[in-house]
Amino acid sequence: MVFSVGEMALHAKPGNFVAISVGGNSSAMVLRRAFAIYRASDRGNFGGTIELVVAAHGSGSRWLSERAIHDRVDMVGPLGTSFGIPTEPVSALLVGGGYGSAPLFGLAEVLKQRGCRVDIVLGASNANKIYAPLEGKRSVNTMTLTTEDGGAGVKGKVTDVLPQLIEKHNTEIIYSCGPMAMLEAVDKISQHFEVLHQCAVEESMACGIGVCMTCVIPLKDETGTIKMQRSCIEGPVVDGSKVIWGSNRQIPPGTLGSQALGVTSTWDPDS
Amino acid sequence: MSDFQSFDFRTKFGSRYFPSPIFTASGCAGSGKELAQFFDLDELGAVVTKSIAVKPRSGRATPRMAETPSGMLNSIGLQGPGIDQFLANDIPWLQSKGARVIVSISGETVEEYATLARKLRGINALYGIEVNISCPNVENRGLVFACDPVASRAVIEAVRRNIGGDYPIIAKLSPDVTDIVSIAREVVAAGADGLALINTMLGMVIDVDAVRPKLAGITGGLSGPAIRPVAVRAIYQVHAALPSTPILGMGGVVSGRDALELIFAGASGVSIGTATFGNPTAVIKVKEELLGLLRSKGFKSLQDAIGAAHV
Repeated sequence: MVFSVGEMALHAKPGNFVAISVGGNSSAMVLRRAFAIYRASDRGNFGGTIELVVAAHGSGSRWLSERAIHDRVDMVGPLGTSFGIPTEPVSALLVGGGYGSAPLFGLAEVLKQRGCRVDIVLGASNANKIYAPLEGKRSVNTMTLTTEDGGAGVKGKVTDVLPQLIEKHNTEIIYSCGPMAMLEAVDKISQHFEVLHQCAVEESMACGIGVCMTCVIPLKDETGTIKMQRSCIEGPVVDGSKVIWGSNRQIPPGTLGSQALGVTSTWDPDS
Repeated sequence: MSDFQSFDFRTKFGSRYFPSPIFTASGCAGSGKELAQFFDLDELGAVVTKSIAVKPRSGRATPRMAETPSGMLNSIGLQGPGIDQFLANDIPWLQSKGARVIVSISGETVEEYATLARKLRGINALYGIEVNISCPNVENRGLVFACDPVASRAVIEAVRRNIGGDYPIIAKLSPDVTDIVSIAREVVAAGADGLALINTMLGMVIDVDAVRPKLAGITGGLSGPAIRPVAVRAIYQVHAALPSTPILGMGGVVSGRDALELIFAGASGVSIGTATFGNPTAVIKVKEELLGLLRSKGFKSLQDAIGAAHV
C-alpha cells in the first residue's frame, strides 16, 4: 500500500518502521500496528510517499488493507533504527523470511547506489509466502529463493544456502529480517564466517515510541552487560552479535536486574 | 492561553498545585524523554514516572503484551534502572525541561519503600510521590501490599516518615480487592495525601493455537477502555467515603469525555496511560477536550466539577 506522507518520507531509512492506528475511532483495537517500511520516496506525483507491504492476517492489518484510495490513516513514523550503510562498496547479502523481507528491497536500492554488490535470499514455508516483487530484482546481483516444501527455488531453509553464497560472493555483511528463529540461525552462520550481521528483530509491541517497555529483547551493551532493550528504540535493526538469542519466554541468566525477579521476600509486619 | 486565564483548571494534591489536572500514568510515559518529542512536558499537570525500585530490574520475559478487546494486558514486571541511575539520569533531564514530576516508587519490602523515599528528598522538580503498592506483575501475589490494609498502612507510614518536607504522597491502589474503601481509609490514616485509582486489573489470555498462556509471565495487568467502568466505580465509592481526599483517577481514559466521567465520579486529576500507546499526543488531546467540555457545561473551575455526579 502506498501512503502519501509528505516530509516523513524524507526521514525514512531502510529498516525504519511506522505505527498506524487501526479500526477507526470507535475501534476496540487500542494499539497501533507496526509495519516495516518497504520503500520511501521523497518526490513524485503525490509528494513524499511511503510504501508498506500489508499481509492481512489479523483484524488490524485486515482493516488497513480494506482502506479505499484517498482514505486517511493516522501514522506515526519513521520509527526505530535503520540498517547501517557501509561507507565503502562491500559485498552484502540480504536475507529475508516470509513477508518480513519487505524492507530489504529499499535497502538493496541504497546499497546498489553506494556501489555495493547485493545478493538476496528469500525464504518461506511455501511459495505463496515469499514476498519478491519483480522490481526488487533490479537492484540485486542475484536472488535466491528457498521454500520448505520445495514449491519454488531451493527446497529447504535460507540457512541451507547461506554458507555457499557467503563463500561464492565473498560476503562482508549480512542484513536480515524475518522471524526471530531465522535471525538466530543466520547469526550463527555469520559468526562462523566472521561476517558482520545486522538484523531487524520482531517482538510484540504496544506503542512503538519507547514508552510501554513491552517489545524488549536482551542485548549486550559495549561493556558486555546484558540489558532488556526496547526493539522500537534500540532496534528494530541491531547488531546480531549483541543479541542473546533463544530468550523468548525467559530472561537470560546474568541480565542486569534479573536477580530482582523471582526473589520472594516476605512482608514482615514487625519491620 | 486565554482559556486558561478565564477558567480555573488548577488542581491540588496535598500542598501542591498543578496548572492542569491531566497527568501521565506511571509506566505509560517512559522517563518523559520519549513523549517530549511530541509536546512540551510542562503542558502536563505532572509527569508520573515509571515505578522505580531500589535496584535495577530486568522485568519479565517476553511476550509481555497481549491486545484484548478495548484494552491490553501487560506483564512488564517493573523493568527499570534502579533509583540511583534514575536520580543520576532521568531526574536532571526532567528538571531541565521544567516538568513537574511525580516519582512512582515500588518496593518488595516496607524497608525498600523507606529507602526510596529517603533518596527522593530534596529534589526540586519533585511535586509528589506515587507509592505503587498495587503492581499486579510481581512474582508473589502476597506482595501486592494494596490487597492488605495492614501492609498498605505500613508502607505509607514508612514513606511518610522518610520523605520529609511536605511532598504529597499518593497511594496507588488495586481494584482487585473486595473492599477498596477500607484500603483507602487505612492509607489515608497512615498519611497519604491522595489516592491513585486504579492500577491495572489482573488478567490472562490463552493462545489457543499454542495452547498456553500468551504472556511469558502467564498473567498480566489489564488496562484500557475495558476497565474504565471499574475505575469510575472505584473512584465513586472512595470519593463518597473520603470526600476530602484528592483522587488521581485513571483507567482507560482516551478522551475529554472519559476524563470528565472520572472527575464527576470524584477524581481531582486524571492520568492517561494506555491511550498514549495508541496516540502519543493523547494527554494533550484529553486536556484540551476536557477544558472545552467543562466550559461548555458552564463550570467556572475544575474544582466545581469534582464529584459532581454524587447524589
